[in-house]
Amino acid sequence: MSGALSFHFDVDGENFTMAGQASVQVKKNLRRLGLPPEVIRRVSIAMYEGEINMVIHAGGGHAEVVVAEDAIEIVLQDNGPGIANIEQAMQAGFSTAPDAIRSLGFGAGMGLPNMKRYTDEMDIQSEVGRGTRITMRVLLEN
Amino acid sequence: MKICTIQELLNARVIVGEERLGDHVYSACGSDMMSDVLAYVKDQAVLLTGLVNPQVIRTAVMMDMHCIVFVRSKEPTPEMIQLAEESGMVLLATDKRMYEACGLLYSNGLVGNKVRETSA
Repeated sequence: MSGALSFHFDVDGENFTMAGQASVQVKKNLRRLGLPPEVIRRVSIAMYEGEINMVIHAGGGHAEVVVAEDAIEIVLQDNGPGIANIEQAMQAGFSTAPDAIRSLGFGAGMGLPNMKRYTDEMDIQSEVGRGTRITMRVLLEN
Repeated sequence: MKICTIQELLNARVIVGEERLGDHVYSACGSDMMSDVLAYVKDQAVLLTGLVNPQVIRTAVMMDMHCIVFVRSKEPTPEMIQLAEESGMVLLATDKRMYEACGLLYSNGLVGNKVRETSA
């Protein structure tokens, strides 16, 4: 990815009301770069879902967004409890979020499926007790 | 439909975005679950909700929406208003309940016909 531009964010896991700040900033940055609106929309929604997940489930983490010639890559890394059953977590409607989160409008079990839907490639590496690393790519058409 | 027409139909108060009341919008959705908005909504420019927290504004920004209507007399916080201003979002507040507010807008031509298929 020579010539790629990257943005790094620390996602604070202590305050739910702050969640999503990094995604809003990424959206602004991608607009400044003049990328297609639909690409910006897909990247920012996928990242926002991931950021919310990190705050709800993992106590925060790190996000890296790399803008290359052929794709935008989003890497979300946390040191949370990990995902015991990724296949189950990918099912629409499956959620382990507490009721308090649902009262805030999230935790419907749509986060991971939605991240997959809005991106062209998604890979989840997770180890229980160690954390989760999610890599997503949205391809750029030349 | 112009946003100012939404304001009139719902007898809504303009919280922020007075200068954008002349903008046109073509579809809307109503939900208190931001998860569902992120998962099922596509190309809706107006969000009607009774949920009040900063994620409502951020969700609408992510979805490229132009206007949020708070129903059931809900009032956004100063932090939410600031986020909306920074994003160019119009915020309206009405004392009507969700069902009535959605019904009024729908029956006057603001449809929700581009809801995404639910197949993941």
